[in-house]
Amino acid sequence: MKPLTGAILGAAALAVLVGCATVMSDADMSKHAAEVMRASFKERGQAKLDRLTQDEPQAACSRDDGTQPPKEVLEKIEKAQFAQIKYPADGKLLGDWRAGERVAQSGVGKQFTDDPKNPSGANCYACHQISPQEISFGTIGPSLLGFGKLRGNSEAIQKYTYGKIYNAQAYSACSNMPRFGHSDILTEQQMRDITALLLDPNSPVNK
Amino acid sequence: MLERFTLAGRAALLAAPLALPLMLPPAAFAQAGADTIKKIEEYRQALSDGNPAELWEARGEDMWKKKAGPKNASLEACDLGRGPGVVKGAYAELPRWFADAGRVMDLETRLVHCRVTLQGLTLAQAKARPFGNGSEQRSDNEALVAYVTSESKGVKMNVGAGHNKEREFYEMGKKMFFFRGGPHDFACATCHSETGKRIRLQDLPNLTETKDAQRAYTTWPAYRVSQGELRTFQWRLNDCFRQQRFPELEFTSDASIAITMFLARNANGAEFNAPAIKR
Repeated sequence: MKPLTGAILGAAALAVLVGCATVMSDADMSKHAAEVMRASFKERGQAKLDRLTQDEPQAACSRDDGTQPPKEVLEKIEKAQFAQIKYPADGKLLGDWRAGERVAQSGVGKQFTDDPKNPSGANCYACHQISPQEISFGTIGPSLLGFGKLRGNSEAIQKYTYGKIYNAQAYSACSNMPRFGHSDILTEQQMRDITALLLDPNSPVNK
Repeated sequence: MLERFTLAGRAALLAAPLALPLMLPPAAFAQAGADTIKKIEEYRQALSDGNPAELWEARGEDMWKKKAGPKNASLEACDLGRGPGVVKGAYAELPRWFADAGRVMDLETRLVHCRVTLQGLTLAQAKARPFGNGSEQRSDNEALVAYVTSESKGVKMNVGAGHNKEREFYEMGKKMFFFRGGPHDFACATCHSETGKRIRLQDLPNLTETKDAQRAYTTWPAYRVSQGELRTFQWRLNDCFRQQRFPELEFTSDASIAITMFLARNANGAEFNAPAIKR
């Protein structure tokens, strides 16, 4: 082989190597990153590795430019999530707003440092303003002050509120809010109690 | 800076002013709003003259220079990327590709590597107790990180993308930042991709925006007043993922390095300003 031919072949081989390393498609990079994550986490306590396996909404809502998927994808997610909402068998959607306030305050649950025998909180105040006396609230979600006062307490509103807590993505795909019923974070009674916190005319939220 | 006091004396002096703000209930901070944020900023300023992180820095410097391990060697020959023994400015260029290890490494991974190769520790020994627990269980990693990072104070962040693997880790880190998972559907981006948001009363940096990303990254590691501990960037990621309800991020894992690469490079151009002090 002439030296020049060798050099050209060498350059070509190098180009292929460099090409392989840089031309990973976006989908391949997502797959690669997910594989590296699986190898980089270890199960601890109740947090097992299956938590790194994404369901359809999680995968669709992980776009790395921070944008949302196209409208038809969002609508498909909402429809599928809505179909999975389970309402209480007895049809009772309003619980005790005082108990709801306690659930809204608590931020524990599902972390590898939490005892799975203890009930989870909803940590609503991390992101929402709710009762007026609680001034330590976050702003990632909208203020819920006056939630029931604005919307009334009809059966349709109760169903919407309970459903939204159960599965926020049934109404707004890729919402930042956890799917508290769908993902077994809260019990049926806890979700009833939060529904009451938001809708009961006697709740401080609506005073 | 430490010559005037013994470490214990210094710690006692530092403890007194620190105790006061912690006694205020959170509500006391909330009522004043914007004024409070200014006051907290002033409090941080006042403390920065006597940051307890100095205790970790001093211990880390001793550890760096003292012969230790089965090979009875110091870490002074450790190559942090700017050549063996060069500590000054090294952290501002990490993570980076290390040909001798065939891997992209952040500082904490590199320190483990040096303790194994130079001092003869086993990998398990070098990775043992990455994070301390107050004064009961001190972490050598934290001390070394405090020392090395303090030597980049005032240096502009300059993380490279010259090597294929460095670019790959950045792209992976970006994917991981936006990866939603776990029972709560949380990603890093859930809390850190909008400007001006809070969780409870805590301000959240928007890590997709240059100014916030720079300010956040250049103030880790930090002495956490509420924990009485110097917390490293590996700790920061580990505890974020705990709250994300993910399994545990392994110390020095590739995912931890990839996310660090993503965040560190986004901070390029900003002056590094840690070990800092945080609530």
